[in-house]
Amino acid sequence: MTYANPSAGRALLRRTALAAALLCGALGASLAQAQDPVKIGFIATMSGPGGALGQDQYDAFMLAIEQKGGKLGGVPVEVIREDDQLKPDVGVQAATKLLKSEHVPIITGVTFSNVMMAIHKPITDSQVFLIGSNAGPAPIAGKECSPFFFSTSWDNDMLHEAGGQLASDLGYKNMYVMAANYQAGRDAVSGFKRDYTGKVIDEVYTQVNQPDYSAEIAQLQAASPDAVYVFYPGGMGVNFVKQYRQAGLLGSLPLISVSTIDGSTLPALKSLAVGAITSAPYAPNLDNPQNKQFVQAFVKAYKRQPSMYAAQSYDAANLIDSALAKVKGDVGNKEALRAAFKEADFDSVRGAFKFDSNQFPDAPFYRVDVVEGSDGAELQASTPIKITTRANFAAQCNMK
Amino acid sequence: MPLSLDTFRTLSTATRAGLVLLALLALLPLFMRDDPFLLALFARILIFAFASLSLNLILGYGGMVSFGHALYLGLGVYGAAILSFHGVDSGWLQLLTVLAACALVGLITGSIALRTSGISFIMITLAFAQMFYFLFVSLSQYGGDDGLRLKAGSSFGAARLTDGYTLYATAFLLLCAGLYGCHRVIHSRFGTVIRAARSNERRMRALGYPTFRYRLAAYVLSACLCGIAGMLYANLTQFASPSYMSWTTSGELIVMVMLGGLGSLFGPLFGALAMLLTEEALKALTQHWMVIFGPLIVIVVLASRQGICGFCDALDRRRRQHGATTLTGETKA
Amino acid sequence: MSFTLFIIQTLNGLQLGVLLFLMAAGLTLVFGIMNFVNLAHGSMYMMGAFFAASLYNLTGSFLLAAVLLVPAMLALGLAVNWIALRKLYPRDHLDQVLATFGLILFFNELARMIWGPSPYYMEVPEFLIGAVNLFGVRYPAYRLLIIASGLLVALGCYVLIHRTRIGMLIRAGASNRNMVDVLGVNIALLNAMLFGLGAVLAGLAGLLAGPIMSVQAGMGEPILILTMVVIVIGGIGSIRGAFYASLIVGVVDTLGRTLLPSLLRSVLERSAADIAGPALASMMIYLLMAAILAVKPEGLFPVHKH
Repeated sequence: MTYANPSAGRALLRRTALAAALLCGALGASLAQAQDPVKIGFIATMSGPGGALGQDQYDAFMLAIEQKGGKLGGVPVEVIREDDQLKPDVGVQAATKLLKSEHVPIITGVTFSNVMMAIHKPITDSQVFLIGSNAGPAPIAGKECSPFFFSTSWDNDMLHEAGGQLASDLGYKNMYVMAANYQAGRDAVSGFKRDYTGKVIDEVYTQVNQPDYSAEIAQLQAASPDAVYVFYPGGMGVNFVKQYRQAGLLGSLPLISVSTIDGSTLPALKSLAVGAITSAPYAPNLDNPQNKQFVQAFVKAYKRQPSMYAAQSYDAANLIDSALAKVKGDVGNKEALRAAFKEADFDSVRGAFKFDSNQFPDAPFYRVDVVEGSDGAELQASTPIKITTRANFAAQCNMK
Repeated sequence: MPLSLDTFRTLSTATRAGLVLLALLALLPLFMRDDPFLLALFARILIFAFASLSLNLILGYGGMVSFGHALYLGLGVYGAAILSFHGVDSGWLQLLTVLAACALVGLITGSIALRTSGISFIMITLAFAQMFYFLFVSLSQYGGDDGLRLKAGSSFGAARLTDGYTLYATAFLLLCAGLYGCHRVIHSRFGTVIRAARSNERRMRALGYPTFRYRLAAYVLSACLCGIAGMLYANLTQFASPSYMSWTTSGELIVMVMLGGLGSLFGPLFGALAMLLTEEALKALTQHWMVIFGPLIVIVVLASRQGICGFCDALDRRRRQHGATTLTGETKA
Repeated sequence: MSFTLFIIQTLNGLQLGVLLFLMAAGLTLVFGIMNFVNLAHGSMYMMGAFFAASLYNLTGSFLLAAVLLVPAMLALGLAVNWIALRKLYPRDHLDQVLATFGLILFFNELARMIWGPSPYYMEVPEFLIGAVNLFGVRYPAYRLLIIASGLLVALGCYVLIHRTRIGMLIRAGASNRNMVDVLGVNIALLNAMLFGLGAVLAGLAGLLAGPIMSVQAGMGEPILILTMVVIVIGGIGSIRGAFYASLIVGVVDTLGRTLLPSLLRSVLERSAADIAGPALASMMIYLLMAAILAVKPEGLFPVHKH
């Protein structure tokens, strides 16, 4: 066949080859798989504003594996990390890749609730174990619970029930509550009100990532509450606390917060946050042998104090370690593996740890104060908090 | 014109590449039997190609820089998810609702936005997308920003869109229909008015064309098409979230249109394919892939206005020069 | 709301407005005179905050950090202009939007790589901690500094634009760019200096915001969107418009956030008001922008182009 122009035919061939090469490249990348080690998928928010949390989770998880010589439960493991970028659709894509391409038996991590809501069902429906080490939205603790999901953190409400209980225990009669206007913020306020026995003067919802709180701080000053309760994770917390102190309130008007001043935001606040009271499931000074060696190893390896996100992820690694040891690495036997997980036969950095019937932890919460310390300030846990009223998601969960 | 290899050869390089690519994509499912993930990846590419196609209609051909097009993607996603939440899985009903919603919102926002131009138009479209973003974040019963899971896939008769192959086939057929439809619209009287209004609106108005109405119609059409893409996306991820409407998604759609080539037929397909595959490749390379991706976008913009299609057209021009040489047997000076 | 509270909230609104003005001034100049859409302005703000925080932590002196920041931001602005943006000035808005969008992604990740993903430490300088008595109202000293600095910069801009030769060239360029070019002024140099000035202004905004806000990657985008609303309302290219618009936006946003929820509670039932209130409050400035553009599509104080 003759072409009017030979180079046209070549150009077409080139284009086709390029397209085919692109497609083949994508195919090839997925076909290359290692065979022997147990693959564990790790999905977390590694980039963007929430990236610090995911990084903490990842670093702690890898620390545990390194401490055990690259093995969990005596079995070599390979961790495949995926970044969900705080976008549920990217999370779904990452989960699909781990499930359908890499065929992992266990996935862990998951920083934020919206990603958790998106990937919980696809993962558990595939009969793959999901060990959540941070996000714990209410539906998956209750009605939509699954035998394939275990959490080493908490359910979102519990965080704030502890906060409300602490506020009641401290005897504050009137409180002013603030949170950002998104699902977690609204859940925070309802969780708080469940255990707070005093009067909530006002509940204010601010815009997510709002930079300036001067107006709201002026309002709360005018309302003269006994204390203030806030839930502002990440950058919002840094903004709020800085401005709260700037207004001269920190130290004169008690501030109780949850997930606002924690291991990830304290380095940005340092001594500015001293005097704040928080409620948290973890603080680096918790007095148990497992925590002591964890904090030492984490500081040595990463030159920063571990946050609760790191602690929860470290617990997840140890949980997987204990379970894999019990089944001797046989991840194919799902019933045995589930039973092994349920036993929770590992040392948690939080202290006593066991699972509730909905496979969420029954582990302590503490009053954690921000006190002066090396490098400005540090988190110091003192009294444990005994939550009186729970949302009792476990009752809504029809799981044996 | 009879379909023959000669006819094929007379088409432009871009068109030929596009047709070959479509053929390859049609055959893809046969190779993906062992890897549902890649099937899902390419389904995603097809869906975004369709969304970019809708944006190309008003951006590439019409010159309207909408920085809030992800709004319609989000409306499509939520249309499917909210109806599914209330127990309505019929794909047809969902489709109808999505089209109605996108048309209504498109009509209202378009009639305000199109009164402005330039940077104001960009800002107003962005503002509307942000407003709806905040609206959906505040809707607690539909999950707010925690998102809403799709209860069951949209069903069209016996077929459910959540099945990998069905979704891929639907997305592919939709894209083909879209490409053909776009081709017909652009070469119709309506399309010509839109394109003419882009280059000189005053002249068109002087000629008696109500350019505002034409543009509004194009904007609403574009919104509805993007909504359909959204409905498919809901079935792909089985999840709805306000983050789908974020302005960064709108920005990515614009990048895809531009990468493929503004105002070209197959541009959106090339752009979506190139951008999403590059993202995947970069993500596999490093955690800090954005630090490479950002400058890549800048380089693409600096290098070429017309994107991949422009590159193909440049090859065409060189081919025609060469062609002139061999036909006459002499080299042109 | 008591009178004192009203005064405080108005001051808060002014302070937010002034911060927005610092951002808007740079952006509107670049946009008005060079006809250049610069989405990377938020990234300049972020880099300014990071530079300022690093300099302040290094030297321990806020004033020294402020002084050193100016040449640093100028250098950064000129570098970005030279490497990436120079060729884009004659191009379409779309190209500029995309290229600067790419720059946002780049700078955010760069900041993350250099300073880490967690928020970065920066404190209010010692001599500005505490409150000042103003008309019987106690107001934080640092926020007064922000208002004062912003007004000073506004004055400086006024002097620059209306009383100097460079300012005359800038105004001429906004009015009729080609004429200025034909008259023999080095447009490339003018553009570079303008972009540098914009970067410095954004950097100063970052310096002032740093102590009271979270310094982290991605901090520029929320401010950028607010800023763009401001310049659209004020009129592209008009410093005067930017000034009034930023004050209006600052006050409306602040009062809206505080008054609207309580207003709604008196009309709707509590749970509905708690949902609608914050949602509407966040939409307020967009509604304001849409309303103004409906009446005056060119903005409040448009520059008259020839």
